[in-house]
This record gives sequence, structure tokens and C-alpha cells, in this order.
Amino acid sequence: MTQFTTWDIVSNLLLAARWTVLLSILAFIGGGVVGLVVLYCRIARKVWLQRAANLYIELFQGTPLLMQLFLIFFGLPLMGLDVSPWAAAFVSLTLWTSAFLAEIWRGCVESIPKGQWEASSSLAMSFFEQLRYVVLPQALRIAVPPTVGFSVQVVKGTALTSIIGFVELSKASTIITNATFEPFTVYGFAALIYFVLCWPLSKSSQLLERKLNVAHHHH
Amino acid sequence: MSLITITEVRKSFGQNEVLKGINLDVAAGEVIAIIGKSGSGKSTLLRCINGLETINHGSITVAGAQLAPDEVHLRALRLKVGMIFQGFNLFPHLTAGRNVMLSPMVVKKVSQKEAEAEARVRLEQVGLAHKFDAYPDELSGGQQQRVAIARALAMKPLALLCDEITSALDPELVNEVLAVVKKLAEEGMTLLMVTHEMRFAREVCDRVVFMHQGRVHEIGPPEEVFANPQTAELRQFLGQS
Repeated sequence: MTQFTTWDIVSNLLLAARWTVLLSILAFIGGGVVGLVVLYCRIARKVWLQRAANLYIELFQGTPLLMQLFLIFFGLPLMGLDVSPWAAAFVSLTLWTSAFLAEIWRGCVESIPKGQWEASSSLAMSFFEQLRYVVLPQALRIAVPPTVGFSVQVVKGTALTSIIGFVELSKASTIITNATFEPFTVYGFAALIYFVLCWPLSKSSQLLERKLNVAHHHH
Repeated sequence: MSLITITEVRKSFGQNEVLKGINLDVAAGEVIAIIGKSGSGKSTLLRCINGLETINHGSITVAGAQLAPDEVHLRALRLKVGMIFQGFNLFPHLTAGRNVMLSPMVVKKVSQKEAEAEARVRLEQVGLAHKFDAYPDELSGGQQQRVAIARALAMKPLALLCDEITSALDPELVNEVLAVVKKLAEEGMTLLMVTHEMRFAREVCDRVVFMHQGRVHEIGPPEEVFANPQTAELRQFLGQS
């Protein structure tokens, strides 16, 4: 039987971790863009848009990410769209992320005092201009710590995509375990890699929160 | 020909009717003080004039721009009439200069250079040219309110609505703001101000409107309204204040 060194295990895990990182980044960017659109609908002055955005958010927050993955991976082919595990993983993580980010950001927007809306209204700005130049720049400052904090959830969320056959860190761990029969070592290292990815994110979220709270200056 | 025409305006919040048929014509260049107890509807009336509140009945026009709830009409109306608030409402993420420049650039598409020149003129006008690069939290309340006035003026409105603009200020800061308003009045700006500063109303205003329970209860030149109140409610109000 072939012998595997620890380095064999770790190096293969690290190679797979690249996909975890890439998927996280893409899902986070995609989720951010879609999340902005959902946020806009959620706070728009049109009731039907608000309702639609609300439904969207509740749907994705109210069902397990795993089910969303399954539905997209197995559902789209039923409609004649062939999706690779990679595409299914990206699409479902993007949608899932967008729902949570939109809801986080909505809270930030709503924490901006009503007077800011009224002052910009009275200066003849449109809703979009108010958002773009007055409300979002202020909301952004408040939004940075919880947004960075949520990125940890995205990284951990990528682990689920192993189930539809996308070879990222978790899937690679299972494959390597099947070859080495050393589950504890393999999963231990995998967990360590996840931790190394996530810990700086949660730490920086905490630091940012403190920094933005203390420095009440906007320069 | 009046600049602002308010006709039979009614406004309710739920079951509570706050404005019960207001009629008021304001001529160009006129300075009007609206006085009355809290809850008499004076702030609501002011907020209706530039569409911060919708009205249930009646009509409001400012220089031909009609109040209507859609964005096109509101924009046209708000280009004619500016508003100053009790709480200043400066944009805290922008410098004083940028606060003044923002709306001309965004709404009127004025170039940055032009907007900056205009902002410097307007800040000079309120005596704050040297605070162009200061952020709102580096300014006193009185200075913030003066920047807010400069910001409204930069849009070149035909009329200004002032909603208790000195009520949130420390007593020693009230006069610097009132001095700016007085200068505007002398330069011919049309002003509608809800105020508790009776002395100021008496000195500066052309007409005083006393509101009571959602109606214009008495209206007239300050010397008449203050010296010779016709109704028991106004006498009582003046006695209190």
C-alpha cells in the first residue's frame, strides 16, 4: 500500500483550498452586486418592489443553503439547462449571499436619520441621487464590520458545495481520506485551513467595528 | 400675483386632522412668521409646501409649480422652494463646502468648478467662507445652521421655508442665525418661517400668521397681531410666550 506523508496530505488540501478561496471571493462579489439590487428594491418607494425583495430575502434566509444547492444543481437541468457543479455552486452561493447582505445593508440604511432624507429631498434630489450621494456613503461606514463578518459565513458555506461534487477543501478532504484512511489527520488539517481563512476575517470585522466607532471622524 | 398659493389645504394623520382648510397667499419678497402652540399644524403646513408631507385636499403652488405626489412634480416644486430644518441636517460625511456644492452638481449638473465658486459665495454670504473645508461635527450649531442656509441658497430658490431653525440652538448662537435670515429678508428673499422668536417676528416680518387647531386663526401685520390680538386664543398664546 502506498504511504502518504503529512506533506502529501497538506499540499493536496492546500491545492483544493484555492477553489474554496476562489469560490468564496466570487460568491461574495456576485452576492454583493445582486445584494445591492435587492437592497434597492427593498427600500424603494414602490410597494410591489418591496414585497418582491422581501419574498426573495425570506426565501433564501428561510431555507437551508443545501436545499438551494440541490434545487439549482438538479432543478436547472430539468429545465434543459446543463449546469456544472462549479456553476451551480457559484449561482446558489451568490443568491444566498445576496439575500443576507441585502438584509444587513437594509438595517444600515435604516439607521441613517430621517433628517438626511428630508434635507436631500428638499434639495430636489431624486430617490436614486439621495441613496447614491447622501445615504449609502453614510450607511457604508456602518455596514463594513457586519459585511466583513458575514464573509466568514460565505467561506464556511462553500463547504456544502462538496455535496454536489465540487472539489473544494471539504470534498478534497473526503477524497484524501478515502485514499489514506487517516480521517482525523485529514479533517484536522482541513479545519485548520478553514480557521486560517476565517479567523482574520472575523478579527478584522471586530477591529473595524471598534475603529469606526471610536473614530467618529469621516476623513 | 402671489408666489406661493395655498388653497383649502387639508391634511390628516390617520384620524387626526392636523390642517383643516388652510388658505394663504404669499407675495414675492414677503416675509411671513407662522406662530402658534405646538400641535397647531404650523410645521406640518410648512412641510406640505415642499412636499415632505402629502396633502389630502386642496392645492399648493409655488411660482406655477404644483404640489403633486410624483417625483417629477416634487422635483420641479423643490427647485423653487428650499427648506431649513430645526436639526440642521447637514450631510456629516461631507465638508461644509461639499454640502453646499452637492445638490447643484447632482441635480442641476453644474460643473464642479462652478459649484465650488458658488459655494464659496454662499458661505461668504452666511459669514463662513473660512469653514469651507470643515466637517459638520467641527462646527457649532449656529455655524451648522448657517451652512444649511448656504446649502439651500446655492439652489437659487425663490422662497425659503424655515422650520424652527433656532429652536435647537444654545441661546448665545441664536442671533448669528437670525442675523443671516434678517439679511436675506432685506435682500428680498421670500421667507416663510415657523418661529418662537416673537421679537424677531415683530421686527423682520411683513405678516404674522397665528395658527390654532389646524386653522389660520389670525393673520396680519406684526404691529396689529402683537399689539391688538383679536381672539382670546391669540391673547392667551402671546401671554404665555
